Amino acid sequence: MSQRVLDGTVARYCLALGDDALVLSQRLCQWAADAPAIEEDVALMNIALDLIGQARSFLSYAGVREGCGRTEDDLAYLRDERDFRNVQLVELANGDFATTMTRQLLFSAYQYELYEGLSRSSDEEIAAVAAKAFKEVSYHRDHAATWVVRLGDGTDESHGRTVAGIHAAWPYTAELFEPLDFDAALVGLVEARIAVDPASLHEPWLGYVTSVLTKATVEVPSTTWAPAGGRRGLHTEGFGYLLAEMQHLHRSFPGATW
Amino acid sequence: MTTTTAADAQRDFDAVIDSDQRIEPRDWMPDAYRSTLVRQIAQHAHSEIIGMQPEGNWLTRAPSLKRKAILIAKVQDEAGHGLYLYGAAETLGVSREDLLDLLHAGRQRYSSIFNYPTLTWADVGAIGWLVDGAAIMNQIPLTRCSYGPYARAMVRICKEESFHQRQGFESLLTLSRGTEAQHEMAQDAVNRWWWPSIMMFGPPDSDSPHSGQSMAWGIKRFSNDELRQRFIDICVPQAAILGLELPDPVLTWNEERGHYDFGDIDWSEFKRVLSGDGPCNRQRLSHRVAAHNEGQWVRDAAMAYAAKQEALRDAVSPGTETEKDSPDADVA
Amino acid sequence: MPCRRGPRQRKIRQMPTSPEAAGASVPSALPARRDWPLWEVFVRPRRGLSHTHSGSLHAPDAELALRNARDLYTRRQEGVSIWVVRSSDITASTADEKDSFFDPAADKVYRHPTFYEIPDEVEHL
Repeated sequence: MSQRVLDGTVARYCLALGDDALVLSQRLCQWAADAPAIEEDVALMNIALDLIGQARSFLSYAGVREGCGRTEDDLAYLRDERDFRNVQLVELANGDFATTMTRQLLFSAYQYELYEGLSRSSDEEIAAVAAKAFKEVSYHRDHAATWVVRLGDGTDESHGRTVAGIHAAWPYTAELFEPLDFDAALVGLVEARIAVDPASLHEPWLGYVTSVLTKATVEVPSTTWAPAGGRRGLHTEGFGYLLAEMQHLHRSFPGATW
Repeated sequence: MTTTTAADAQRDFDAVIDSDQRIEPRDWMPDAYRSTLVRQIAQHAHSEIIGMQPEGNWLTRAPSLKRKAILIAKVQDEAGHGLYLYGAAETLGVSREDLLDLLHAGRQRYSSIFNYPTLTWADVGAIGWLVDGAAIMNQIPLTRCSYGPYARAMVRICKEESFHQRQGFESLLTLSRGTEAQHEMAQDAVNRWWWPSIMMFGPPDSDSPHSGQSMAWGIKRFSNDELRQRFIDICVPQAAILGLELPDPVLTWNEERGHYDFGDIDWSEFKRVLSGDGPCNRQRLSHRVAAHNEGQWVRDAAMAYAAKQEALRDAVSPGTETEKDSPDADVA
Repeated sequence: MPCRRGPRQRKIRQMPTSPEAAGASVPSALPARRDWPLWEVFVRPRRGLSHTHSGSLHAPDAELALRNARDLYTRRQEGVSIWVVRSSDITASTADEKDSFFDPAADKVYRHPTFYEIPDEVEHL
């Protein structure tokens, strides 16, 4: 791979990592002042804050490697839906607290395996960001697991909502482990040990998630439906609204500093 | 058990207050001291929680990732401050659930500054500069409040609050020095938040019947008017640096007094908002009540799980202590 | 309805037996509630120091109490040790207790007032 192609490929890879974190953070921000206990307002904002930090690190680095002078804000606020590379799981609506926590469990458990691997990336910057992020998502994963267990094994009502939440999110997890071969250059990143092969994360992820769901007395769903497309810019109908809300003010003042 | 008389207890209490030391949770205190503190601390806590709403309103629309991060941190802090304060109130013998019930029933208040809407991004900066600035002015004296847990909570809160105010100031500065439209946005926000902010110090001293007793108890250290004047004196030069006007044509330096003269406050608006007819009172409360009610099943689930775990532990080792509270001993 | 149980104490004191007595009047006929119990939090900020009382919080069980304590009282600083104890398990003497407080987490640089570039001539910030 030429340096230019490598730079562009690393940029695209980091964009996807950053977009995942950015979009989920945006969803979590919607919980402010709405959480079921004030302690959860603190915890959810804490997770949202960590994710924004991850998003900023990956987006900034993507801008640097891309080499066109795009900043983290240019990337966050001036791209359209088709240019966002997040998985669809993170853009799903919050729903109730069980839906949010099941989504969080499934995604944080993925990030846990992902960052664990990426902390050994041959790209120093990615490795550094991943090492810090790994500690953060360990906490997020534990937090989500703590709640999924309590909601799954709490009352009949909470159990029902947890089952519903898991079933809503589960089909979207397939995309997390999709191989990167829709973009040939990304496969090269895996070979160069810059990126992690998503498929390799599936088994440890499933092992962990299964153990949590078992404790939560919730059956692991099985479904053949596997929506995907986020990594290629094809998102859900709700995503346009999410971006519109997120980007509107920034776009209304082109070139302004905040 | 000692046989302290009521008179001894009052004397001990007075001695602690007079020597500027701290009353702690297990000390004797007059009923009125306790109830005044419960109300004041609870309303302070409620203010933090309700305050998450006007600011949370801009989380999803923050115009840069840096500002978004700063605002998330701020909203998180507000929730945390509410928790510190509920904790302090609970040392006085009430439960947080009771206090929240009173808030939801409209029988305890929160700072009426939060009954105003955040209509633009600049409002977030204005709140940081003015509302948090006024709050800090109230809170720093409270770090020396006579009641220990409240004073200590205030120390922690003040440390965290200082970055909130600077964040607001810096944001407004950036707007004011930005595009013309940004400057106008900042000016418009200040125009709307200035008067409500100086009303945060409460009614004029002449109209404030409880202040005297609170001061005697070491709960209140400075009068409403004193703090308000101090705040205005600080804000005027800051506004000049911001390049923004304060919407009060009377504001002028009075050499004789050594303070800024300022215009008449519309106390009828203050009373209206206080009594429930501000722009956002109904919305703030119903939002808060809805969040609480919709979260009941979650809180119940957590308790149900805890109870199940407890039962399992008891089944494994019968005869170990259960969750039943033991009755209070030595209650007067 | 039962009020919050405080720690046991030795000398005469006016522990209110109801929220009304504490100056917080509540409606009388409320259903039995399943409140999250109160826990006291003790934090040791780093090695060489001992645990000190940071404050209290509500949680349904010990694990969530620890998590909430970490979020609320340490901002997830590393190397910090936390103890949580149910308030009802504490037996108190009449001695004063010392509390200590913790600085904001070092990695959140915007928590530090010096992070903001404020013109030098601005006072009182």
